[in-house]
Amino acid sequence: MVMTTTTPSSNRRGPVIRTRGLTRHFVRHQQTVEAVRGLDLDVAPGELVAFLGPNGAGKSTTLRMLTTLLAPTAGTAEVAGFDVVTQRREVRRSIGYVGQGNGAGHQQRGRDELFSQARAHGLGRRQAKERADELLAAFDLSEFADRPVISLSGGQRRRLDVAIGLVHQPGLLFLDEPSTGLDPQNRANLQEQVRRLHEEHGTTIVLTTHYLEEADAIADRVVVIDHGLVIADDSAPRLKSALGDLVRLGFATAEDAAEAARRASRLAGADVEVRGAAATHEVSLRVAHGRELAPGLVADLAAYGTPAQRIEVVGPTLDDVFLHLTGRSLRESNESPADADQSTTSDQTEGAAA
Amino acid sequence: MTTTTLTPETVAPAGDQPQLSRAPGVLADTWNVMLRELRPVLRQPVSVLFAMVQPLVFLGLFAPLLPDAEGGSALQWFVPGIIAMTALMGASFTGSALTDEIMTGSHERLLVSPLSRSSLMVGRSLKEIVPMLMQAAIVLAVVTPFSFELHLPGVLVGMVMLSLFSVGIGALSFALALVAKDQVWLFWTVQQTLIFPLLLLAGMLLPVDQGPGWLQTASDLNPLTYIVEAERALFAGSFPAGEVLAGFGAAAAVAALGLGVGLRAMNRAS
Repeated sequence: MVMTTTTPSSNRRGPVIRTRGLTRHFVRHQQTVEAVRGLDLDVAPGELVAFLGPNGAGKSTTLRMLTTLLAPTAGTAEVAGFDVVTQRREVRRSIGYVGQGNGAGHQQRGRDELFSQARAHGLGRRQAKERADELLAAFDLSEFADRPVISLSGGQRRRLDVAIGLVHQPGLLFLDEPSTGLDPQNRANLQEQVRRLHEEHGTTIVLTTHYLEEADAIADRVVVIDHGLVIADDSAPRLKSALGDLVRLGFATAEDAAEAARRASRLAGADVEVRGAAATHEVSLRVAHGRELAPGLVADLAAYGTPAQRIEVVGPTLDDVFLHLTGRSLRESNESPADADQSTTSDQTEGAAA
Repeated sequence: MTTTTLTPETVAPAGDQPQLSRAPGVLADTWNVMLRELRPVLRQPVSVLFAMVQPLVFLGLFAPLLPDAEGGSALQWFVPGIIAMTALMGASFTGSALTDEIMTGSHERLLVSPLSRSSLMVGRSLKEIVPMLMQAAIVLAVVTPFSFELHLPGVLVGMVMLSLFSVGIGALSFALALVAKDQVWLFWTVQQTLIFPLLLLAGMLLPVDQGPGWLQTASDLNPLTYIVEAERALFAGSFPAGEVLAGFGAAAAVAALGLGVGLRAMNRAS
């Protein structure tokens, strides 16, 4: 488990989130679905963690347990030092939460929602009003603050949701699929805000996403979840470099390609594949530091008399990482939203008992 | 709208959890929830008319068919029932607002906020009193120029009784919304199936005294029967202790049942 401690000033040394054997089952159509299976996770203060996985992987269920919306079937979780089952109110007071939907009621006005959320967190009337104004200005929402939320654009509503989550200046912010449904510009905008919140204020941030680019772009640490299990947990660059670059070489003849494959397989850790398509005699290898190794390999092959005719070097994406880990592409997994996290959780009525 | 500045003092301090300050109590939370619920109503008072369409139709198209009763005009007899109907309609519709909030996400946000579950239910239900009073005032304003005599003290006592009733029905409606979740049809089917039998068995449109025995028994079991009877007496300016007490008893029972069921549903909400 990777821990990046960025707040030495903190006198509490423990993790902000600590789960042990965290498990959640759902019973659907008389079948038990194991949405989250024995999750052990530590998140240190100041981390920016993305839970990445396809729909139905268990990311949102995990987040719902950490935010007290759903009681675990087994295992424990502490958030901000409080137990998510026995100290729910303390957890709720310590965290900011931006859910998948709109935090602001559609019939309400943005300013009112900020105000009542601030009051719920114990701010006085004047403080709450000032805080609402401050956040409206910070999120460029002042001119829409007195309109019904339903009349705001998707991007404006999402900014309002984040503002509501920050009313009480939480040290820990959860965002569930924050950019789903946003257009690319608003998505980039939101990511920029999240990143800045993290960098400038050291807020610990945990978000779920099924967008590879998002996890790659903003998270220090990517926790890849599939079928309720953590299958990888590291920084995006390390996850990718562990997989290595893809080097594709084209040759004039099948013999050349075979010979090149033999020579290329001497490179340490190389995973070589020969593809003899009709017109292209192609060798592809996945190898750590492929970009650096490729020029030498090309020179070596030329000197040996089997010169490469084409070369292509591709850095790995998180999708490649996911494909490598699960045998499935995350992009394709996302195209079957039938068993989305949402439906998994919204079917549940038992939820958190009193 | 591309750049936003979050000046350091406005957003989260770095690192560890801030000390948890004193939390607002249940009463403050309940008040907060009630004010939040009231804001859209007060900002757009026309919205209270929505639940009044059917009562006003009955008032306009049914009341003129009624013969005058022995004690006074037909309107004098009919209006208390119509106001009870308005209260029932308004409070039973109210869960649909929660359905919207469940589907759009703001209910979930409130569940993760420090507001206690009981405040979320009680605050919402208490808010029902305000639109109910606004609706009653509209009905009274409409009928007073006609053959309806306004006996203010009785009406005010009647409103207290209906407030209890509205809180109970509102809580039941919210409980139904919490159970139905995103199945909007379920909410409306149950709501529509229940309100008309309740209204008819309460003798709101026609007296049930001349009905068959089984119907009278069903009517005796309906709390709204006692409320409508008490309202009729109060609106006529009389205060018969037995009927008024029965009315308050029935309204209090509905409030207790509603809040009990509502709190249970809210505590289970996720």
